Amino acid sequence: MSTAREIAEAVRSGGRSAREVVDESLAAIAARNGELNAFLTVTADDARAAADDIDRRVAAGEDPGPLAGVPVALKDNLCTRGIPTTCSSRILEGWQPPYDATVVARLAAAGAVAVGKTNLDEFAMGSSTENSAFGSTRNPHDPAKVPGGSSGGSTAAVAAGLCPVGLGSDTGGSIRQPAALCGAVGLKPTYGRVSRFGLVAFASSLDQIGPITATVADAATVLEAIAGHDPLDSTSIPEPVPDLVEGLDQGIEGLRIGVLRELLDADGVASDVKARTTEAIDALDAAGAKVEEASVPATVYGLSAYYVIAPAEASSNLARYDGVRYGLRVDAPTSAEMNEATRTDGFGPEVKRRIMLGTYALSAGYYDAYYGKAQKVRTLIIRDFDAAYDTFDLLVAPTSPTTAFDLGAKTADPLTMYLNDVCTIPSNLAGHPAISVPFGTGDDGLPVGVQVLAPALAEPTMLRAAAVLEAAAPRGAGGLRGRGPQGTAP
Amino acid sequence: MPRISRDDVAHVAHLARLRLSDEELERFTDQLGAVLEHAADIEALDIDDVPPTSHPYPLANVMRDDEVRPSLDRDEALAAAPDVEDHRFKVPPVLGEPP
Repeated sequence: MSTAREIAEAVRSGGRSAREVVDESLAAIAARNGELNAFLTVTADDARAAADDIDRRVAAGEDPGPLAGVPVALKDNLCTRGIPTTCSSRILEGWQPPYDATVVARLAAAGAVAVGKTNLDEFAMGSSTENSAFGSTRNPHDPAKVPGGSSGGSTAAVAAGLCPVGLGSDTGGSIRQPAALCGAVGLKPTYGRVSRFGLVAFASSLDQIGPITATVADAATVLEAIAGHDPLDSTSIPEPVPDLVEGLDQGIEGLRIGVLRELLDADGVASDVKARTTEAIDALDAAGAKVEEASVPATVYGLSAYYVIAPAEASSNLARYDGVRYGLRVDAPTSAEMNEATRTDGFGPEVKRRIMLGTYALSAGYYDAYYGKAQKVRTLIIRDFDAAYDTFDLLVAPTSPTTAFDLGAKTADPLTMYLNDVCTIPSNLAGHPAISVPFGTGDDGLPVGVQVLAPALAEPTMLRAAAVLEAAAPRGAGGLRGRGPQGTAP
Repeated sequence: MPRISRDDVAHVAHLARLRLSDEELERFTDQLGAVLEHAADIEALDIDDVPPTSHPYPLANVMRDDEVRPSLDRDEALAAAPDVEDHRFKVPPVLGEPP
């Protein structure tokens, strides 16, 4: 599959029809989805109609936009008008939203064509896409392995070459960690950069939508298309969006880049991941950056703070699934019994676990000890990042402590699963942008991702460093560049 | 001393409107205990003077202009409801005996 930028250029110039591109993507999905379970819904008819419309506009001399004819996969927690949006939960099975998420509308306005809705951990709670009511997604590099999560469906779709762009959401690493495990590029923007209107809420102060792509330039192009102020999201940043694609190849000469010691040395970071991260750091140094060790001490408390704050917000957000306005209802004689029966049948075990954890952390007698404390730790993490960014322009760290693990390996022990997020969580707590770029493979031959972290609103600088890492990454292994159709080696 | 008891978990499940089997109650008590045990590292921090952060980006009191504008159509808003009567969401009895 060509990159999004190649497709858009060919479609805008009349060199290729959007219909041909979309048909190719739909054929690839039909061929591979049975094995991968990346898509829960494929919107083939709507996609063909949208592609035909783009071709008519090109023929009429119009420009359909910077993503003209580009097939995109939408994580199934993004609302799509009249198209099922399940969050991989029984409680929303069959629900058809009455409106589109802002990102869905913006992608369409940029000429992109949605080809379907992708699998996720139920309500985006998980790191392996195994917590789905509709079955696990598999890693295209090895179907016995997880693709990571929670945006595992969108990421597997991109990594398998089924479409060049996926949208995910990232609350504690749910874009970056699957990108690392599947050899894709995954970008979590600054909190508020992209509207959350129409993103089904998990933890509202942490959730952010972002692109999953095969190249850094595609991630920048998609982010430009979806970012920007939205009056429908009161947490949307009112600043204009800077140009992200121009300047992508300016290099990093003279930039001060810190190696985030607490994350590189975090418990559980495997030696092969550490080795690739160190090689990536050397590549940044060779490209002219001033690289030094950096410390953000409070990040060691990130996991603890996150697994109080995110469940607390989730317990409140998921109170809306009560069998009254939409979704599942399990009949019972009284409203209270109906609420309980609906939620008991509709939610899977991980969602129940987090709702209870959050309810406990917010309950009388425990609020100060858990939630109040975690919010203060969040302040400490932000302060320590601010101090580091007095000295450094960017920070570098591993994305995931390990390469992709076996399906089922971590499902019995939730805490073991949570530890996957140790390197990605700090950026969510701080509201900062971060990107995972493929950088070679681990001892098992599976992709490794390296993370570039930046202060709020510094996506342009972050993307420049990501482009340098992409160019320096070992060829023919891990990443998707230079691969043939459907993610197979050429 | 475990961080959370079986009775605590049963109470929290009730607050969250979830019904748990005995087996689930047992399992969730262990699992929630393990997560809370991990969070003990922040409990020990002396940070009384640190202000809490509830939101990472400094925006406050975001208002829109007070103008009438179109909103979701009533029938569309009701279309996905499990039960509807007279253009309203219909639920089983909230008070009193079931019919």
